[in-house]
Amino acid sequence: MGAYFNDIFSGLWSLCVGLSITFREFFKPVVTVPYPFKTITMCKRYRGHIELIENEAGEPNCVSCGMCQRACPSGCISLASKSVAYEVEVKGEMKTKKKKVLTKYDLNFTTCSLCGQCIASCNFNAITFSKEYNLVSTRKEDFHFDLLNRLKERNS
Amino acid sequence: MSLTILNVLAAVVAAIAFAALNAAYLVWAERRGAGRIQRRPGPNVNGPFGLLQPPCDGIKLMTKQLMIPGGADKALFMVAPVLTMIPAIASFVTIPFSNTIVAHSMNVGLLMVIGFASLSGLSILFAGWGSRNKYSVMASVRAVSQSISYEIPLFITAITVVLITGTLNLHEMSIAQAGGFWNWNITPSLASPLMPVSFLIFFICVLAETNRAPFDLGEAESELVAGFHTEYGSMGFGLFFMAEYAHIVIGTSLITILFLGGWGCPFGLYPGVWWFLLKIYFLIFSFILIRWTFPRTTIYGLLNLSWKVLIPITLFNLLLTAGLLKVF
Repeated sequence: MGAYFNDIFSGLWSLCVGLSITFREFFKPVVTVPYPFKTITMCKRYRGHIELIENEAGEPNCVSCGMCQRACPSGCISLASKSVAYEVEVKGEMKTKKKKVLTKYDLNFTTCSLCGQCIASCNFNAITFSKEYNLVSTRKEDFHFDLLNRLKERNS
Repeated sequence: MSLTILNVLAAVVAAIAFAALNAAYLVWAERRGAGRIQRRPGPNVNGPFGLLQPPCDGIKLMTKQLMIPGGADKALFMVAPVLTMIPAIASFVTIPFSNTIVAHSMNVGLLMVIGFASLSGLSILFAGWGSRNKYSVMASVRAVSQSISYEIPLFITAITVVLITGTLNLHEMSIAQAGGFWNWNITPSLASPLMPVSFLIFFICVLAETNRAPFDLGEAESELVAGFHTEYGSMGFGLFFMAEYAHIVIGTSLITILFLGGWGCPFGLYPGVWWFLLKIYFLIFSFILIRWTFPRTTIYGLLNLSWKVLIPITLFNLLLTAGLLKVF
């Protein structure tokens, strides 16, 4: 008989403890962010899709070596380049040299696993993770990013 | 039209308006309350403080198509949501909001409210049986066993109160408790020393009768999809949803009248409808707090609580009160 009443009273007490906890939480400030109206800045190590890094002139740092393309385990990256001749002064005389200029840098984000091998393999500080997370679409084609175009839009 | 018919019409319209308004805005209050308890704001986009959310929800529900599942018992399926709403609105007829605001002060008011309360179990049974869905049937079986178990302590506690006040008229019951906190039925008196316990049991039983968490086994989303209203969409679901809150208003009104002195003020100051509303909304707030605090009980725990704890205590309390009333 004692155990019977003990059960009831200890049970009631535990219920009261639970109620007091939720009652106190009720008056505390909210901790959520009202997302579409307010956004938080992403942390430094957040991995979005990759993005080209530009130099001071607004041109991509990329030298079109293609290491990222080869490092990618999913084959997401495809880039193209063309040779451009340019004049440079070497020991007092003008010489004509050639360099590669990036003409296309496509990222197929639908198969990307965000492993970061492309960034690790890049020796020219040309690509980095973006902080983009507002990605939603009903069509796959929307996730084939033209990174060179994105860079141009960013600069314009 | 004669004055009596106009009176009746006014009472009916007022009862329906009060029930519907409460149902709509208690949904809002519940969602806001749940949000605050979980440290998030709740619905706050439509209108100031999200106050336009209920009409938006209503429009959404009303514009949806009413689907009847194949093989369902069409008549039972259609009648169940209506049957759950009728008793909720009809019970308002005899509830005294203040000394003057009462549609019809009946001498068997308590009996009527309790009779209508039993009907809600029937509507759940109809809904579950009519939808031809195994989850719904299981939910309705549970809800009926729960209803039967919790009506017993509910009624016995009500009888204890009736023994003390000597009337079944809810209006006279409130008047009997007039004049401050020490006259309320919740305070222990010489004739009924266990009144606070009765209040607690009545509160638990109302919680169970209205199918509120932690006793919402008829709904049990985690295992029975949505329980008895799994197959309901559109306003059929809307009616069940509104009836739940209308039942809560009736239940809290009953607690207020039976134990908390109706429209009386705890200090005997300015008795009136505002005190009645203050008390029922305080009780509704506690219902919301309880819903978002406790997890759902198991069916065994639920039935054990009723048959092994609540019923013995209420029976003992009834005998004690009856005996002591004879002595004093």
